Amino acid sequence: MLSHNEVIDRYYLDARCELLEIAAMLDRYDRAFAADRSMSDTQNPKLTKIFEMLEILADRNALPDRTKRILALLSQLD
Amino acid sequence: MAMSGVVAVGEPAFWAGIDRLYPETFIDYFRQISEFEPARAAEYGIRHFCWVAVNPKEADNPELSRAVLEKMPEFFEKPNVLGVGETGLNKSTDNEVDIFQAQVELAIKYDQLILVHTPHLDDKLKGTSRIIDILKGLPVDPDHVWIDHVEEHTIDLVKDAGYWVGFTLYPVTKCSKCRAIDMLEKYGTDRTLINSSADWGPSDPFTLQECAQEFRLRGHSMQEAVEVFYNNPARFLGQNPKFDIRPVRIEEKY
Repeated sequence: MLSHNEVIDRYYLDARCELLEIAAMLDRYDRAFAADRSMSDTQNPKLTKIFEMLEILADRNALPDRTKRILALLSQLD
Repeated sequence: MAMSGVVAVGEPAFWAGIDRLYPETFIDYFRQISEFEPARAAEYGIRHFCWVAVNPKEADNPELSRAVLEKMPEFFEKPNVLGVGETGLNKSTDNEVDIFQAQVELAIKYDQLILVHTPHLDDKLKGTSRIIDILKGLPVDPDHVWIDHVEEHTIDLVKDAGYWVGFTLYPVTKCSKCRAIDMLEKYGTDRTLINSSADWGPSDPFTLQECAQEFRLRGHSMQEAVEVFYNNPARFLGQNPKFDIRPVRIEEKY
């Protein structure tokens, strides 16, 4: 098993890349929203879900269960 | 690459993965990319062009660099050499700055195009800003300068200064196809070059084709795609008469 320093050293660049992709997608959404004047002000439910997922990611003090919590958030239970 | 529609490649001189020890090593490398590589690419129907330079990483050795610079003008005479590149900065050391400036002055003296590398990752913003400050102090034609590996936090600097902008599609550490197209849609396609990379690190030369596909999937026309992926390179590189691939226009006939 990798040490915590090995984990961050090995996966930092991948994480950086993936976070930039998420940031770019959110920017793309906001630009498109601004350009599409026919849209109502109600936020897209998928966008709401993304921000809920980001809140889980941003919890610095979380247990190592962020992946599970995100999947639970996304799961249809009924 | 040929089967995916690539008609030409441009190979800049760059770091080999180890620091070269002798000027002659650079000279042999320049010979390889200006003599052997065009013949190899031609076997697949691909035109091959190249650039010569002391790359930013090895520019931190000024004695070695200046010995190479003395020999570079011989290569400007080669039929597939387009100019000086990649020069630029890596860590923005004083030695790198001196050699970058010397290479730009050499390019101006011999009327060569210039391809500029901007630093990786966290060094990029500071290095790009320094590069632009250096270029502004030299009598260089902005139309002859391609500043490469531009990202969202450096594009304004480069565009405001009037240089050509390059997005490099490279796994993980540089730009992605989606981010490149986002910047095209935000800033327009004028004076913008998109390139893939295949070098000493994990690379994928088909990122360019994927980017063209993504561009079309977002609803952009075939002509718009041709403007970005064919005509813009033809316009910039065609400023050197050796690059004789001209822009094209698609015409629909009924």
